[in-house]
Amino acid sequence: LSFPHRICRCAPPRATPAMNCRAEVLEVSVEGRQVEEAMLAVLHTVLLHRSTGKFHYKKEGTYSIGTVGTQDVDCNFIDFAYVRVSSEELDRALRKAVGEFKDALRNSGSDGMGQISLEFYQKKKSRWPFPDECIPWELWTIKVNVVNLANEQERQICREKVGEKLCEKIINIVEVMNRHEYLPKMPTQSEVDNVFDTSLKDVQPYLYKISYQITDSLGTSVTTTMRRLIKDTLAL
Amino acid sequence: AMDTDLSSQDRKDLDKFIKFFALKTVQVIVQARLGEKICTRSSSSPTGSDWFNLAIKDIPEVTHEAKKALAGQLPAVGRSMCVEISLKTSEGDSMELEIWCLEMNEKCDKEIKVSYTVYNRLSLLLKSLLAITRVTPAYRLSRKQGHEYVILYRIYFGEVQLSGLGEGFQTVRVGTVGTPVGTITLSCAYRINLAFMSTRQFERTPPIMGIIIDHFVDRPYPSSSPMHPCNYRAGEDNGAVYPSVEDSQEVCTTSFSTSPPSQCVFTVTKAHFQTPPPVVTDTLKVPVVGLAFSHQLSSSRLSYQPAALGVGSADMGYPVLFAGGLNAAHPHQLIGPGKEGGVPPIPSQPAHGTQADQERMCTPLDGVHYSAATPSSSEDTETVSNSSEGKCGSPHDLLETIFIRKVGAFVNKPINQVTMANLDIPFAMFAPKNVELEDNDPMVNPPDSPETESPLQGSLHSEGSSGSSTGNTHDDFVMIDFKPAFSKDDILPMDLGTFYREFQNPPQLSSLSIDIGAQSMAEDLDSLPEKLAVHEKNVKEFDAFVETLQ
Repeated sequence: LSFPHRICRCAPPRATPAMNCRAEVLEVSVEGRQVEEAMLAVLHTVLLHRSTGKFHYKKEGTYSIGTVGTQDVDCNFIDFAYVRVSSEELDRALRKAVGEFKDALRNSGSDGMGQISLEFYQKKKSRWPFPDECIPWELWTIKVNVVNLANEQERQICREKVGEKLCEKIINIVEVMNRHEYLPKMPTQSEVDNVFDTSLKDVQPYLYKISYQITDSLGTSVTTTMRRLIKDTLAL
Repeated sequence: AMDTDLSSQDRKDLDKFIKFFALKTVQVIVQARLGEKICTRSSSSPTGSDWFNLAIKDIPEVTHEAKKALAGQLPAVGRSMCVEISLKTSEGDSMELEIWCLEMNEKCDKEIKVSYTVYNRLSLLLKSLLAITRVTPAYRLSRKQGHEYVILYRIYFGEVQLSGLGEGFQTVRVGTVGTPVGTITLSCAYRINLAFMSTRQFERTPPIMGIIIDHFVDRPYPSSSPMHPCNYRAGEDNGAVYPSVEDSQEVCTTSFSTSPPSQCVFTVTKAHFQTPPPVVTDTLKVPVVGLAFSHQLSSSRLSYQPAALGVGSADMGYPVLFAGGLNAAHPHQLIGPGKEGGVPPIPSQPAHGTQADQERMCTPLDGVHYSAATPSSSEDTETVSNSSEGKCGSPHDLLETIFIRKVGAFVNKPINQVTMANLDIPFAMFAPKNVELEDNDPMVNPPDSPETESPLQGSLHSEGSSGSSTGNTHDDFVMIDFKPAFSKDDILPMDLGTFYREFQNPPQLSSLSIDIGAQSMAEDLDSLPEKLAVHEKNVKEFDAFVETLQ
């Protein structure tokens, strides 16, 4: 009945965003233990703006929209607090991705430089046997530089400084959001899964994927790891 | 289409959207300054009352204040809605921290779809507001309020006044939304200069008082039309059906609410009030009116005042230095000594929902009127608002009870402070100390009914909100205090909420105080040459000793 939207797999991500894809880059320098919270703060802030309530379609092509709740999150290692969408599923998904990124950073033996990307895309159906295309329309990249601190005093200063930096990042994100640039058209019922991730039970973010890269000391990218955070089943 | 005028339905919708957007904006800002974490639930089924598809609670007092300030009007060119956030210390000094401005400019976007694009963009703007309210300096300050200071809000409508923010204030833009009648902009101007060194910079009496909100004489816009359920369909193509929306209920008086301990944002609705005389640190005279809750509230005002900073005398305003970036982890240590900590007069607060208590609660105490609300996510937001009618008592019914704070070991405090550290009884510091106090105990001797009613009291719930130009609508700040769940209102003013507040802000350890640390370091350094000389004299003995070890 309603399987088609699950049976698709996107083509591998492009190395560079498509021409009409908006790309934003943020950079932070943090201590190792601050990586997770800093990433979550940025990703959640972006997703707060890029999630709606669940759509409920009715007759005649109209739909109603559910309600998005929000909650404050206090950071433990940074003097900072942020707001995220009240969705445990979404939070789990982000924590999983950020956890993997943090582990990869730690294990890579690199200087502690890497980047994590959040890409919003639309699906465009292709004819069989070609897989559906994923067309990104917005790409957020957070470049991370992990620093090592010598003593408690430096750590305390770092807590405050990183907190201030994150405040700036939030302001930057909001600036971008306020430009009201391209957003996918609101889809019909048959198209909704090409635009939104409808797998969550309480909120509906735009389709997104998170990926990360770790930079080794030579500055070249050593690993590129894709993580799909939407469920997908094998095509064909 | 050639028709660039707004259809009347669209116009009605747009006005409604702007009105509710303004109300929600105020809610978000005030709730972000209450001092506690906000949490609302997502709901996949539209509930029919969540404007802009966001779960933002409506604190009735706040809506009430906002509606009063707007007085049926909408933001327009030259008429902005402003939410002013300020800080008020326990001594009565206050300082403006932020002004949030919702403005309208003339730049129109005739092509934009009201029911769809404008609505969604307003929703996005509210999300941005949620995010931005957490990153300005006042957020961190508001999370730590309660002991030495509280955060207040004031809503006004008209021209934006930024002069109270001090020099070099910064501005952050939250966002803009174009509409066919103009562009809505939301921004925040915030103070960055947070060191205030003299009483000249802020007034002893609350500066908020006496400011007349009534900025305008004539009101060109008629009152907005009665609300209709928002229940229409857009055409063939994808339109949005919005859930049925009711106008938010006007809440006048409801019962008190329980919620996690939190800090207060209070309304000062009268022109003057007296702060109590400052008292010696650690021994605070707390004015008490009525029963029980006064104890609860007053104990929360006990401040930890380390003497270490050694600055200032009672004549100067105390220097309160907020570290850049306002990461004051221990606000209490910023209050200089020599400045004795007084507390603002606090009226009693009602027990759960009893009428008698509510009447007590309504007592305006020397111009300070407190009402309570909750930001909790419980479904029924029950609050006591300042609009209930049963006033009683008078400012003259101040009772004073002396509370002695028991200070923990190793706490940095001046030696000559009075303490009752040798008392064995738990919470002994809050028990009335002697017979004299018992006489003042309202449980024993209930307060007399008021003899004179201060003329200003009448203005408290005055003539509706029509903003008469005689202008006694000083709806400035609303106090929101919270009773923790399961707390009891005993005679003893210590309760869960107070305990929680206090252990969250423990006094600083003496060994960590700069002064003592520096002092002993200096002493050590001074004594070094002497010590060296002594050791040199005895060098032979040391050598002999070393020999024996080998």
